[in-house]
Amino acid sequence: MPDITPFLKSMLSVSGLSANEGPIASVIEEKWRPLVDELTTSRIGSLHGLKRGSNSHTDKRRALMIAAHMDAIGLMVTQIVDGFLYVTQVGGVDSRILPGTPVTVHATGGGEIEELYAVVAQPPARALPASVGENPVGLDDLLVDAGLTGKEADAKIRIGDLISFATQPVEMAGDLISGHTLDNRASVAALTVALEELQGKAHAWDVWAVATVQEENILGGAYTSAFDLQPDIAVAVDVTFAKGPGASDWRTFPLGKGPTIGFGPNMHPHLFKKFKQLADELEIPYAEEVVPRHSGTDTYAIQVTAQGIPSMVIGVPLRYMHTPVEVVSLKDIQRTGRLLAGFVTALEADFLEKLTWDE
Amino acid sequence: MAEKIPAIGASQFKLLEKLCNAISVSGDEGEVRKIVLEEVKPYAESVKVDALGNVLVTKNGKGAERVRVMLDAHMDEIGFMLVNDEGEGQFRFELVGGIDIRSLPGKQVLVGHSKVPGMIGARPIHFTTPEERTKKIPLDTLRIDVGQASASKVKAGDRASYATQFRRVGGNIFAKSIDDRIGVATLIELLKFAPENVDLCLSFSVQEEIGLRGAKVAAYHFNPDVAIAVDSTPANDLPVHDGSENTFYNTKLGFGPAIYTFDGGTLNDPRLIRFLAETAEQAGIPYQYRQPGSGGTDAGAIHRTREGIPSISVSVPHRYTHTAISLSRVDDWKNTLALLYQALNRMTPALLAGERM
Repeated sequence: MPDITPFLKSMLSVSGLSANEGPIASVIEEKWRPLVDELTTSRIGSLHGLKRGSNSHTDKRRALMIAAHMDAIGLMVTQIVDGFLYVTQVGGVDSRILPGTPVTVHATGGGEIEELYAVVAQPPARALPASVGENPVGLDDLLVDAGLTGKEADAKIRIGDLISFATQPVEMAGDLISGHTLDNRASVAALTVALEELQGKAHAWDVWAVATVQEENILGGAYTSAFDLQPDIAVAVDVTFAKGPGASDWRTFPLGKGPTIGFGPNMHPHLFKKFKQLADELEIPYAEEVVPRHSGTDTYAIQVTAQGIPSMVIGVPLRYMHTPVEVVSLKDIQRTGRLLAGFVTALEADFLEKLTWDE
Repeated sequence: MAEKIPAIGASQFKLLEKLCNAISVSGDEGEVRKIVLEEVKPYAESVKVDALGNVLVTKNGKGAERVRVMLDAHMDEIGFMLVNDEGEGQFRFELVGGIDIRSLPGKQVLVGHSKVPGMIGARPIHFTTPEERTKKIPLDTLRIDVGQASASKVKAGDRASYATQFRRVGGNIFAKSIDDRIGVATLIELLKFAPENVDLCLSFSVQEEIGLRGAKVAAYHFNPDVAIAVDSTPANDLPVHDGSENTFYNTKLGFGPAIYTFDGGTLNDPRLIRFLAETAEQAGIPYQYRQPGSGGTDAGAIHRTREGIPSISVSVPHRYTHTAISLSRVDDWKNTLALLYQALNRMTPALLAGERM
């Protein structure tokens, strides 16, 4: 099995905040091009890779869409004061993880985008409203400092410029990797493992590997790609919560013990059963993830696109979600990829006809 | 032939990078001590590691009218100690030195002498309530997470510090532990250019961050005529939330070495304050006064040693003290080195024979 780590690390080294996925999309595009038959980009930037099925019995081959969002959370410049940047969030960021965090400012003031190394600064107490006291400093009062003078910052930086996390990824013993934006580049890696597994293997259905945009804000890529491709079945791959400090309840799953198979209103129960059965057959460890309401993934959008699409969610457990030190198991990424590939090859030409509500 | 005036070039940046990336939490200064010993040996007359782990270096001048000058820079840094193994690679930890716990979540650290990567994570934002996010994340809920497979490679008692790697970007330095590796690097350069009018006594001190403990015994040992603590001090020169003027900036980046007048531990000798300012003026070196206030340096311990040692501090300003990443200006470092070099050269016994006011 090829090592997915170098590709995963290359994905972590480029930015791609929601609605600005260009840099990450080109890295994925390069990796996927030899793995798929066709590769196109949607009108809002999602990547659509088609791997054709082999079934010739029907005029129209059935199509499966596997979606993993490629956008990242981060910050955006709202104001420039004496060389310092006030910021807002793009996606859900707990501002308590920000002071002292290295970031990259993607400065557009000079025409070409210039990447500026910077740090999130917690201003000294006397520069903050007295009401802050010993409490956490809210996002409105934090600053980003690239070490520029007022004049330099005014020339280089514009309001609306993006800021991505710059914490370097690090491999840890036990096949773990830590870094920012493993949500959801870990799932893109898993989907890539699946595409690699499928090379040279026959499958009846067409497979659309989709790297979606704008998941972290509005599920924008999921709605539009599902409409564009109108697949017969869709699977979203996203990270889920691993057990760890501050995360131990029913919503959390062991790190390194396999993917989760989602169950709840966003998931078709027949697909849930199929995935479980398949994981057992392939001897892939997994956990059942029960989701009473919104799954918090692209599936929420895909399921209700057009006439409705039977959908499923596969989760990769990840610790410290939406921090720059997310931790994920490389083994879980490989297992998720194998499970997805297994699902593709297990889809019989008439699978859709067998997909029922067994009341 | 060596240059006559110390300068900061590629090899000085390389040394500072090595020093900043080294991990030497108070009480465990071995990694920096090793670098210092290697660097000073070719230039020193005597080198000694004392009972606490201070590196004490001398280089005597020539002639009758010499001043015995102690320069101090502390080797230690703030950091963490693992205190309890909670299983599965999760460790409780305590703070070593003055750390604002609001700067801890979401940071990479390196644990122990083998530098095992660890993470200080945070509960996912998805699990938090808006109310919860208005409260600090308490230290006792944070963990250093090295992962289950590394659990046996670290243990309670191991120190940890930030994994931040040194970066020089234009005229800026971003690094951990600029406080006080920039002082350590400065002393090493001054040793190479020690003038003959002084008996130079260098203390690369331990345990500054937990009570100025190394400097106290180093000063006793050297018994100098005068002492200068070379440290790094906060530049709190950030905008004020309401747009008003920042009048409590302590120091400002880019305004040169910060000369101390009064801090939490020292009432600096007025003769030395005047001497340093005059030296800077005459040599055309920019300087600033650190605003009087709390905080302090090893001078706080040195000046009360034995019968009293006239002391002062000079610091390179840095922003974001005691966090994962501090920021200093290269020019401030250059000017600090230049000021100290000029000051050593101008020092005579007359300086301390003068009136205190």
